[in-house]
Amino acid sequence: MPQDPIIRVRGLVTRFGTHTVHDGLDLDVMRGEIIGVVGGSGTGKSVLLQSIVGLLKPASGQITVFGQSVRDTSDHDYRELRKRWGVMFQDGALFSSLNVQQNVEAPMREQLDLRAETRTALARIKIRMVGLHEDAFDKLPAELSGGMRKRAGFARAIALDPEIVFLDEPTAGLDPIGAAAFDKLIAQLRATLGLTVFLVTHDLDSLHAICDRIAVIAEKRVIATGTMAEMQEVDHPWVAAYFKGPRARAALAQKDIA
Amino acid sequence: MTIDAGTVTLRGDLVISTIESLSWAAAAQSGATTINLDAVGRFDTAGAWAVVELDRALSPQGRKATLAGATDLQAELLATIRDNMPDDGAPAAPRRTIAELLDTFGRRTAHSFGQAIAITGFLGQVVSTIAYLALHPRQVRWTAMFYHMQQVGLSAVPIVSLMAFLIGVVLAFQGAAQLRQFGAEVFVVDLIAISILRELGILLTAIIVAGRSGSAFTAAIGSMKMREEIDAMRTLGLDPVTILVVPRTLALIFMLPVLGVIANAAGLFGGALMSWIELGVSPGVFQIRFATNTDVWHFGVGMIKAPFFALIIGIIGCYQGMQVEGNAESLGRLTSLSVVLSIFLVITADALFSIFFAIVGV
Ligand SMILES: Nc1ncnc2c1ncn2[C@@H]1O[C@H](COP(=O)(O)OP(=O)(O)OP(=O)(O)O)[C@@H](O)[C@H]1O
Ligand SMILES: [Mg+2]
Repeated sequence: MPQDPIIRVRGLVTRFGTHTVHDGLDLDVMRGEIIGVVGGSGTGKSVLLQSIVGLLKPASGQITVFGQSVRDTSDHDYRELRKRWGVMFQDGALFSSLNVQQNVEAPMREQLDLRAETRTALARIKIRMVGLHEDAFDKLPAELSGGMRKRAGFARAIALDPEIVFLDEPTAGLDPIGAAAFDKLIAQLRATLGLTVFLVTHDLDSLHAICDRIAVIAEKRVIATGTMAEMQEVDHPWVAAYFKGPRARAALAQKDIA
Repeated sequence: MTIDAGTVTLRGDLVISTIESLSWAAAAQSGATTINLDAVGRFDTAGAWAVVELDRALSPQGRKATLAGATDLQAELLATIRDNMPDDGAPAAPRRTIAELLDTFGRRTAHSFGQAIAITGFLGQVVSTIAYLALHPRQVRWTAMFYHMQQVGLSAVPIVSLMAFLIGVVLAFQGAAQLRQFGAEVFVVDLIAISILRELGILLTAIIVAGRSGSAFTAAIGSMKMREEIDAMRTLGLDPVTILVVPRTLALIFMLPVLGVIANAAGLFGGALMSWIELGVSPGVFQIRFATNTDVWHFGVGMIKAPFFALIIGIIGCYQGMQVEGNAESLGRLTSLSVVLSIFLVITADALFSIFFAIVGV
């Protein structure tokens, strides 16, 4: 692909005290693709996501998004940059004192100058799009189930129709039917809006169903990237165990039937 | 946007940042029946919503406008939005009538009584747990208790002594102005000793501790409640009262008297210093008069109150923490409520003690 990557990470090193999470990590994400990031628990997928969106300051390395460095940028540029992506955190991270609709309206309120009715209408559409019922509009996050919180978090992430969405395990904790619908929604938004999706997931079904490419994090680096088929060829014990294990075979078989 | 021969033609980008400038009133009046999306550039969900709204504006009686020039993807997005349009007419906020205001008032009142009963119940639970732990001292969380003793006691020494010192200074200064008129300067010693030892030393210490530690208890326990840590403890068979409430309350009960003694000393010191400067009552005279004229019961009366104040602060702080629900708002509200309520109850208890000591005559 001759195209420039929309996210480009080079030589990323992140540390917490003496604990090195990433050591020379490289990753490219192309415009319009859905990239699945996998890796064992605690290998630093969430930390990578936080570094890319500028919440964590890496010890060293280059991170550029839309060709702009995330770290060495003015406050103003960073604000502009932030409008162009949406983030859904692993535990939802909804504002606990706002109801679902206000949560989804929050980014619109901050970043754009919209009329209240427009904002409400758009927020409600987004909430319904992610599969929440109208009853959920005025519920507080504490009154939602775990899966509903995930959906509300996703609705907030796509509130501004961003160019990139970062999703941290969106389908974990959803029922399989809900998870499949979620996958379908992501794929549809990608197709219709040209969205780029950075998807951290453990869900093999999602990887099969919607990811164009997969990046595997292990040993503090991205040890392999490629399509699902290419993953089958990678000669690394963790990758082999992950993509050839019983669950992977089941997911693959399902896809063949479908 | 142009309207021409029954066709509304949309141009340019239809995205969230541009749709605000569009208005469908003109299009609706023209009676157009076709929407042409041929010349549309970027198109997102907000743009799709705008088109659906236009469609609705053009077709008032359920007649459908024709869409032309939409790409497959745009059509798909439009279909998604149409499927997910919420029902119109958000319910208007109901007006509040007198009856409703009375209703709210009644509920609040009933709630306060309910809370008083609940706090009493909680007090009983904590006291019985302490009694049980007194018989089974190995189950007391000693580490936690000593940690809290340090937090509520040792760390509060600077602020408490400064506060008491200044109160002593103020008392001597104000007393001096009055007593000098009668040439009764030396009575300033009695004034300072009695008011600090009996009342002010321990009362003001309790108020500072309520603000410092009572709020900290509510915030700490409340955020654990918010993150379901308390539920997790219960499912593991751990008793939150034993683990969280008892160490904090006991730490306060042990440390508040100590802080009270320190406050008394600092207050007397401040008073003596000011008497010397302002009235010329030398430290020697102050000391002799203090030793001969002040009944030890003044000190006793102050100290007897300390554990009760500590119990009030600890119970209210922990109880309010347990009432926190899943949102940050309630954490903030209950933290401030905890401080206000414990200061109020400390002062109420102080008044009751005054009446009691007046009756028994000490
Ligand atoms: N704020 C922090 N302070 C210290 N260490 C941290 C912090 N956040 C993450 N870590 C450490 O960084 C490592 C990577 O954490 P991360 O949350 O990225 O894992 P993950 O790959 O997302 O795992 P999972 O799949 O379980 O979500 C872990 O070892 C974790 O202990
Ligand atoms: Mg994670």
